Amino acid sequence: MIEIKDLHKSYKVGKNSLHVLKGINFSVKEGELVSIMGSSGSGKSTLLNILGMLDEAEKGTYHLDGVEIKNLSEKIAANYRNKFLGFIFQSFNLINYKNALDNVALPLYYQNVKRKERTEIAMSYLEKVGLAQWAKHLPTELSGGQKQRVAIARALAGQPKVILADELTGALDSTTSYEIMELIQEINDEGKTILVVTHEDDIAHMTKRIVNLRDGIIIDDRKVDQVKAKAHV
Amino acid sequence: MFSKDKWSEVIEALTSNVFRTILTAFGVFWGIFILCILLAAGKGLENGVKKGFAGISANSMFMWTMPTTKPYDGLPKGRRYNFKIDDVAAIKSEVDGLKYISPRNQLGGFRGTNNVTHGLKSGAYNVYGDYPEIIKQEPTDIIEGRFINYNDIDQARKVAVIGEGVKKELFEVGEPVLGSYIKVQGVNFMIIGIYKRKSSPDGNIEEAQKNIFVPFTAFSRAFNFGNIVGWMAITAEDDKSVTALKSSIFDVVKSRHRISPDDNNAIGNFDLYEQFKKISGLFTALNFVAYFIGVLILFSGVIGISNIMLIVVKERTKEIGIRRALGATPWQIRGQILFEAVFLTIISGMAGISFATLVLFGINKALEFAPSQDSMFINPSVDFVTVLIALVILIFAGLLAGFIPAQNAIRVKPVEALRTE
Repeated sequence: MIEIKDLHKSYKVGKNSLHVLKGINFSVKEGELVSIMGSSGSGKSTLLNILGMLDEAEKGTYHLDGVEIKNLSEKIAANYRNKFLGFIFQSFNLINYKNALDNVALPLYYQNVKRKERTEIAMSYLEKVGLAQWAKHLPTELSGGQKQRVAIARALAGQPKVILADELTGALDSTTSYEIMELIQEINDEGKTILVVTHEDDIAHMTKRIVNLRDGIIIDDRKVDQVKAKAHV
Repeated sequence: MFSKDKWSEVIEALTSNVFRTILTAFGVFWGIFILCILLAAGKGLENGVKKGFAGISANSMFMWTMPTTKPYDGLPKGRRYNFKIDDVAAIKSEVDGLKYISPRNQLGGFRGTNNVTHGLKSGAYNVYGDYPEIIKQEPTDIIEGRFINYNDIDQARKVAVIGEGVKKELFEVGEPVLGSYIKVQGVNFMIIGIYKRKSSPDGNIEEAQKNIFVPFTAFSRAFNFGNIVGWMAITAEDDKSVTALKSSIFDVVKSRHRISPDDNNAIGNFDLYEQFKKISGLFTALNFVAYFIGVLILFSGVIGISNIMLIVVKERTKEIGIRRALGATPWQIRGQILFEAVFLTIISGMAGISFATLVLFGINKALEFAPSQDSMFINPSVDFVTVLIALVILIFAGLLAGFIPAQNAIRVKPVEALRTE
């Protein structure tokens, strides 16, 4: 599903250039649940941004579902993001003046799905994350865990190939974190490919594979025995 | 482009901070309001001034004789001469494009001695010897009887058409007027018609009701004018300007009266068309000034909208980042910002136009009840075309207001936009 070869990325900081990714080789198959770990500054967020087509690599190749992601115009990148990817962020990134249902429906809006159909699909995903009765509530009226559930529903709504989650439990207490991870595991069990960036060990162990990043290179990539989050709840 | 979704997106965005939206909209509201009021005020003034010209064929001129100022053909300068009745036919045949040529003679007038009597009453009035065409050049409403016709001219009938003012002064209330006689300098004329003027080029409507018209031929005979013509009123065809034909008319007159071709002072004239054009030009200028000021004020409103949209874009950087992460293309983002700006501009502009219309309605109502008939300010109004122009200006202004903010909105990369807290 994801195929990365010799990926490099550096940022200009003043006169100096900061080499963040120094040759990443890495692939993800369909249906995997992978966590990318590393301390801050290890380049894990940068990697995720490149995977999410929010940022572009300097060197190396990136194939997503057999399509080479290279020199994309903003328009095509937007199109690919819409079709291929679902994002879950640490700070939820819901649109504050839209209710839960409309937030979930947003990717479908950009897929030009008709309003009625859109609402139906969005509602079904809200049901899936257990927030059907909160559909008309604004994000400010929801708890952190509920917000993240809405965000997950939104990430799913566009029926993406891959879901990218950036520190999705970073802003949540541990109980809620486990609840969210339970949902993630559920979705993965249904066959969705999911990439999770985290620096929390317990969260990482709830995935099926851990990729360890340090100073811009992968130092460790191993399969782990998945800890079911259900046990912790 | 104008789907329901787009609308609801815009409405949502604009109503998320209603007070700010209203304050922003006020700039454009005020601008277009002032534009409309200025244009309407110009129109009102124009209506007031042009009322004096109403019905008068503006494409007209009047000419009369003056002493020559150059010796010519053995004749000295300073010679006095008169137009002759034959001149009329000569001008008609030699100059193309003239609609009416009315030779006129005149007796008495304002501040003159009493020259007209009826029974025991007398008064001083302008008495004109006229051809029937004059009624088309200086439109006059006949309220009783008829105007002079060609039978009157041919037979030199001693008949007269008097103004309402004359009737009021010379006749008792209820006294029969038509068919009775008035004496003009001792000569009896039978009254065949009464007229009423609604307008007068010099603005003195009161005085314009106190004229007496008699057939030109009868006038000449009764008052011993022979074949002399005092002055002429000349109207050109609608597609020609009398100003352009003026010199060829003068040439005919000059050659018939042995006047030097270079003597431009020997014929006096008043060119109504030129005057009319001057006044029209004045109002064109006034209109231009109104547009200029109005658009400038509107422009400051537009800058206000642009300014707020910049802030809105800044505030919504993160939202824009989210949208882009979810698959919004740059044009969708840009389109949304532009659409919001245009929408805001048009809504506030429409409110401004509506409010201006309401105010004008009030002013018109007040003017209706104003006592003065000679008001210089009549029916201030904005026509539909102007509203359309204003609308186009608004759409353009909205696009202008949204353009820079929209450009700003997509300049930020999605990854940076998402990082903004």
